[in-house]
Amino acid sequence: MKLTVASSPHIRGNFRTNRIMADVVLALLPALAVGIWHFGVSALVVTLICVASAVAAEWLYSVVTKGRNTIVDGSAVVTGLLLAMTLPNTVPYWQAALGSVFAIVVIKCLCGGLGQNIFNPALAARAFLLLIYPVGLTRYQVDGVTAATPLHHMVMPALPEESLLDMFLGNCPGSIGEISALALLIGGGYLVYRKIISIRIPAAYLGTVVVVTLVFSKTDAPLQWMLYSLLSGGVMLGAIFMATDYATSPATPVGQVVYGVGCGVMTVVFRYFGLFPEGVTYAILLMNALVWVIDYYTPIRRFGAGKGGEKA
Amino acid sequence: MKKLFFGGIHPKYNKEMSTQSGGLPVITPKQVVIPMQQHIGAPCTPLVQVGDRVLRGQKIGDGEGLCVPVHASVSGTVAAIEPRLHTNGRMATAVVIDNDFQMEEATRQENAAPLNQLDADTILHAIREAGIVGMGGAAFPGNVKALSAMGNVDTLIANACECEPYITADDSLLRTSPEQVLMGMEILGSVLHPKRMVLAVEDNKAQAIETVEAIRKDHAEIELAILPTRYPQGAEKQLIQSLTGREVPPGQLPVSVNCAVFNVSTFAAIYRAVRLGMPLTERIVTVSGEAIAKPQNFMVPIGTSFHDLIEVAGGLHDKTERVISGGPMMGFAQRDLAVPVVKATNSVLCLLKDENGAAENPVCLRCGKCVGVCPMRLQPLYMYRFTNAQRVEELERLHVLDCIECGSCAFTCPGKLPLVEVFRRGKQLVREAKAK
Repeated sequence: MKLTVASSPHIRGNFRTNRIMADVVLALLPALAVGIWHFGVSALVVTLICVASAVAAEWLYSVVTKGRNTIVDGSAVVTGLLLAMTLPNTVPYWQAALGSVFAIVVIKCLCGGLGQNIFNPALAARAFLLLIYPVGLTRYQVDGVTAATPLHHMVMPALPEESLLDMFLGNCPGSIGEISALALLIGGGYLVYRKIISIRIPAAYLGTVVVVTLVFSKTDAPLQWMLYSLLSGGVMLGAIFMATDYATSPATPVGQVVYGVGCGVMTVVFRYFGLFPEGVTYAILLMNALVWVIDYYTPIRRFGAGKGGEKA
Repeated sequence: MKKLFFGGIHPKYNKEMSTQSGGLPVITPKQVVIPMQQHIGAPCTPLVQVGDRVLRGQKIGDGEGLCVPVHASVSGTVAAIEPRLHTNGRMATAVVIDNDFQMEEATRQENAAPLNQLDADTILHAIREAGIVGMGGAAFPGNVKALSAMGNVDTLIANACECEPYITADDSLLRTSPEQVLMGMEILGSVLHPKRMVLAVEDNKAQAIETVEAIRKDHAEIELAILPTRYPQGAEKQLIQSLTGREVPPGQLPVSVNCAVFNVSTFAAIYRAVRLGMPLTERIVTVSGEAIAKPQNFMVPIGTSFHDLIEVAGGLHDKTERVISGGPMMGFAQRDLAVPVVKATNSVLCLLKDENGAAENPVCLRCGKCVGVCPMRLQPLYMYRFTNAQRVEELERLHVLDCIECGSCAFTCPGKLPLVEVFRRGKQLVREAKAK
């Protein structure tokens, strides 16, 4: 009998990369369902195109570079799905596909692959598309009629026409996966319950948006202004699904809080002073760049350096 | 349940496999191989020669300095004195004894004197002469540890957490001979004069807890602490933290926070040494795992080969992948089953291939789970990265030397990184740099 001599531990848990990815996909399904219900079948088509082109790009990259086939880890599916969530259902299909390829090849694979990328692939692709095709990315339609999103009202600044309840449920114009806070919160709750993500980043992010928009309200109804700020645009999607991306967020507990606060502050800053009504994409991308610095300078109290206990 | 120490994990414990009722079957091997070094410190010099007849309990090796003697575990004839493979993977001088099955025992001195009439020197001497080492795995000479704790300890801890999956040796001891453990604690207590004596058990050992409770009225000064089951509860620093809230400072020993921790088997051995004059020649060993036919606990003479023990437990499965000395989280995989059970061997674990085992292409996702489970508050993902990059100054900044190699990070890692293996290398890099 040939016995294997290997390092301890000799048993491992059943927590696997593809299981994590499957859980993230599952957690996104409520938001996707609301998107399809609200925008129609075009939302589903855009989503399928994004996912298919992301997986195809991952496969082609491995063929061309003669590298390992990494499709099975499921991360390309998640990237494609996340990108679709940030796009309007009216986006030209080829732009959606281009975004997925850019996310996978340029942002992920060329940076060294899974876990090595500095920027969130889906958001970097969205930022890329927003710069070169601003029209395709910002034309929101409901029932074939172009509509202004709640965020467009808030730029004026004014409170949106939609009721807070409509915004909470997802009855408003916007990108495919961002409109329903309820669906996103259900997905986020599932991820926290399954311990896929910690609640630190979403809580710090959303908490910061609450505080900053309350204190610096642009209308004379700060409470409503805060609630609309929280429910409009991509804040929920960003805080729950984008800012919690493993590769591009800090790994240390305190670092995660610092990062979440940074995302929250920058989101409001970009919304108040930026070129676009939305600030989430650039806020998270900016904080992505600081992740390693945050982890490096985040102190963790060393075991035994704090409490020595009373002496006898 | 409130967390009493940082991090930790909940592996599948599989303890029911080896917890049989009734007594412990005693093994009678044809031959025993007794290494001259079964403790941390200097090896023993053999005191016998090939052809000598030896009795069970007879001292067959001793030495100077940080060293405790070794004893024959069976009666019989010395067949060889030669280097043999040890469970640590190295060759070491061993006395090989052919068992004559006479079970003839060397004369021993019982001592029933009341505790207040036993002085510390007598007790420490008896502990040394019995060859007692820490039986939880570290194998540090018991008398030296006790001596260094004298006058510096307010809490004496008996460790029966046994947090490693599969192993039920300490559990068996508490179920079969709890009075030996409690009396051993009282003996050491009379040397160390602690304010508090605690027997710590994880809450997954209901029967052991019941047995101890039943006799505790006669040992009122001993506290029974029932701790929530979580790995690595039984690691020394984590156990002290759970029981006292104190953290052993980096690079220091429990005595720096006025604690002394001994395994329950060590306490039972101390009792037998001091009261019965019996040296440490046998111990309870769990033989378990999916790859063994009849998992159970045995009373095993020191020096019995893994092979003999496995035979008695019904033999190995055809697809056995690993045989481990110790637990699945921190034990050592063996390549040759001729290795003997030594004083610190609490388990022979036989495992099939783990379907969650190491990946061909381990990838760090940066998920940070490793940071969350590390009981030493380290950052395994960065330690892994910087060891691979050979960045010694970064490894020092990350306190890689604080790592207790409990394996919680590697167990949890979804990317299946070989974390513990790499950290051993990282520690080596830092030690080498410090030596320069």
